[in-house]
Amino acid sequence: MAAGFDPSGRLPGAFTSAGTSSFTQFLSQVAPELLPGRRPLPPGVSGDVAPHATTIVAITAAGGVVMAGDRRATMGNLIASRDIEKVHPADEYSLVGIAGTAGVGIELMRLFQVELEHYEKIEGAMLSLDGKANRLAAMIRGNLGAALQGLAVVPLFAGYDLSASDPARAGRIFSYDVTGGPYEERAGYDAIGSGSLFANAALKKRFRAGLSIEDASRLAVEALYDAADDDTATGGPDMARRIFPVVMTATAEGTHRLTDEETAAIANAVVSGRLENPGG
Amino acid sequence: MAMQFYTNIDQIMRDRSELARKGISRGRSAVTLTYAGGILFVAENLSSSLHKISEIYDRIGFAAVGRYNEFENLRRAGVRKADLDGLSYDRRDVTGLALANAYAQTLGAIFSDQQKPFEVEICVAEVGPTPAEDQIYRLAYDGSVNDEPGYMAMGGSAEAIANVLKGAHKSDMSLTDAVKLAVKALSSVGGDGGASRTIAANQLEVAILDRARRGRTFRRLIGPVLTNILDGNGGAAAAAAPKNGKEPTDDKAAEGTEGAAKPPAPGPDKPTSSAGSADLE
Repeated sequence: MAAGFDPSGRLPGAFTSAGTSSFTQFLSQVAPELLPGRRPLPPGVSGDVAPHATTIVAITAAGGVVMAGDRRATMGNLIASRDIEKVHPADEYSLVGIAGTAGVGIELMRLFQVELEHYEKIEGAMLSLDGKANRLAAMIRGNLGAALQGLAVVPLFAGYDLSASDPARAGRIFSYDVTGGPYEERAGYDAIGSGSLFANAALKKRFRAGLSIEDASRLAVEALYDAADDDTATGGPDMARRIFPVVMTATAEGTHRLTDEETAAIANAVVSGRLENPGG
Repeated sequence: MAMQFYTNIDQIMRDRSELARKGISRGRSAVTLTYAGGILFVAENLSSSLHKISEIYDRIGFAAVGRYNEFENLRRAGVRKADLDGLSYDRRDVTGLALANAYAQTLGAIFSDQQKPFEVEICVAEVGPTPAEDQIYRLAYDGSVNDEPGYMAMGGSAEAIANVLKGAHKSDMSLTDAVKLAVKALSSVGGDGGASRTIAANQLEVAILDRARRGRTFRRLIGPVLTNILDGNGGAAAAAAPKNGKEPTDDKAAEGTEGAAKPPAPGPDKPTSSAGSADLE
């Protein structure tokens, strides 16, 4: 901790100051080394030192939003992990998926979860969905230096907007670039990561506004299948090891992760459909 | 700088204690007690937005009496410390004892170093897997810390309130019984000539740490949920808990409020996050 020796043993001033309700701003005072983007990096591009997490898709549905991610992390031409989980709840009503350098992404995601929870506890109220999206943008921006040296992280953020006037349209998606963002995706779907080109193309042809949560979950797995079909860094459903995409929803009831049995059933349906028509 | 007159340290400490005690005894009281389904906090509070009870971390709650600005300052410090520890290590490594120690050091330092001590009394409670493993710590204005046996009262006439709790508290009581006992204890003092009085539901701040919940266990009982419990209709009330955007409630939250000591909800044991065990579901 930054504070020098204090014989009284009391918590340092930054803890008790009226200050900020942002956890990252608090960290920048007491433990800046815990913030990604605050570490000095040697010069040069070092993007190939760590595994990369790949494709995430998000789809708005009637009364919420669905986010799904494949389970592969790659390092060059090798598969670094077959069962990494890249889609997580950010808080009670929102989801975050990470693509890019896996280690930095996981750190950023954990920090974002604490950031939202911290604000909620200090202020006694949740941030608005736009407020959450803006906080995430500021955190991505903080990592810009590392991103330019190859350690980029680009998240996808989606959530249920509690203040939306029409609950059926309360699911919203925000995308980012390495310099921050956020950009709200008003088309109703988006994909990020190495397979995003193919997943986006699949979603463009198949997406319809007002899908049910179940249909949107199926569509998300279909899009990931298409991404895995054409992108080596994206993993398809692994029938032999029973590893299936992570599918999460955010609705008025909060976030929910589909059980392994549910995702297995969706993946089985998608794969058996492709046995007859490989192009979907 | 002007030369200071010598004052006996004993005298200084006595004066500060007296000031703090007077300040605390003017305020309204709060009680904390264990029950079968978790830990219950009840405070008498005229405001519905300036809280005396709040969440610190997954299984840790905070209650305070005394000066609002002073305990709010400590509450923020506690949330910051808990979130910092949880990020640096793991969510399971954040404990009530560590927080109680930090508060004890801080209050002790303020009491001996500052002109004016904090006029606050604080309770830090951590809910365990069973009522026997619940921890309730009392922190006084001078930094002294006590491990309380399943229930505690603080604020003005704390002793009289604690006596009511002492006679009737059982760690396996239901939520409804626990709330009723707490309200009975709080209202046993303060009436005309030391008689008991009635406290309206909208002047009570009630919250629980729900033993059966995974992840964040803190939950406020507000509005119809609370009035139903006070009317003796606890089970149905908890099931009909309204969805409130400000308070994270979910279906799992409604369980375990009826009082039966259930093991943690059977839900998926796999953490929803591979990165931390940030279990936000």
